[in-house]
Amino acid sequence: MLKAQDEFIEQACDAPNSQIKQEKGVAAYLKYLFAGLFFGVILVKGEIISWLRIQEMFRFQSFHMYGVIGSAIVVGAISVWVIRKFNVKTLAGEEVVIVKKPFQWGNVWGGLLFGLGWGITGACPGPLFAQIGSGSTFVIVTLLSAIAGTWTYGKFYKKLPH
Amino acid sequence: MLQWLSQPWPWYVAGPLIGLTVPLLLLLGNKQFGISSSLRHVCAACFPAGIDFFKYDWKHEIWNLVFVAGLFLGGLLAATLLKNPEPIQIADATKLALSELGVQDFQHLLPSDIFGWEHILSAKGIVFFILGGFLVGFGTRYAGGCTSGHSIMGLSTFQLSSLVATIFFMVGGFITTHLLLPLFLN
Repeated sequence: MLKAQDEFIEQACDAPNSQIKQEKGVAAYLKYLFAGLFFGVILVKGEIISWLRIQEMFRFQSFHMYGVIGSAIVVGAISVWVIRKFNVKTLAGEEVVIVKKPFQWGNVWGGLLFGLGWGITGACPGPLFAQIGSGSTFVIVTLLSAIAGTWTYGKFYKKLPH
Repeated sequence: MLQWLSQPWPWYVAGPLIGLTVPLLLLLGNKQFGISSSLRHVCAACFPAGIDFFKYDWKHEIWNLVFVAGLFLGGLLAATLLKNPEPIQIADATKLALSELGVQDFQHLLPSDIFGWEHILSAKGIVFFILGGFLVGFGTRYAGGCTSGHSIMGLSTFQLSSLVATIFFMVGGFITTHLLLPLFLN
């Protein structure tokens, strides 16, 4: 069990850096700043940061959010298929790695708790940052509370069912 | 051009562009798309407190913090240079349902009846900011990812765990919307 939990810690990071080559200097990181900027603009212009749009989704009263998430998955899946099919390499010339996310019961319990919070705040972690940037500065409070939530999980995760 | 970009983007523009973030990050440097990890890296960098969960080489994951800094700048750019002067267009049925709960502002992305500095110290503020934020941070880490890491990256790569997580994200949202919001807003 403990070993499984240790593995879980290693894998719990949902967005690991799988690049072998070390990145150093501001220039190397600038590309991720632009990638984030690109994503942030879409979140605001697609109105995905809107609590009202999230309400439409949870009430089945608009196709907008289902269209956004559904088409994003389709495009993401096709892109990954193309990368694999043609063995497209990364900028550093490395093989593209897709990290497996093994099932654990946290997907259920954590998923449910996050869903409750998503309904309340109308924001997943990405939109929190974009909301603050778009001028809703009070969301800093929500973000700090989310950081506190993550910290609390880290403190007690060994006692939680996974 | 700017005027055209300033209009709200329909789902068939926003969705595919979000999907392209997956190969973009993979090809830029073998990075797996996911945002809730940034919250963990902040804990590891600023408040590790000797907790095992925060003992890892967060510096290796700095790209993720740079990415969310970009998200912030993207929000700023979209709300200034690309600002949409029109009020948000929401389904009438949603307006009706929410106005029955006392929401009156349908002009802004975040209705000012609930969201704003003036509400932070009220009971509503504690629910919508403190409790909501806490659940987002706790839940995403417990689930091993959020909408980006599971619902976009995970489902794009056919991970069963991400399908389970996404289903329960939705279940949680339905419970809040249909059972809890009437309590919170009255």
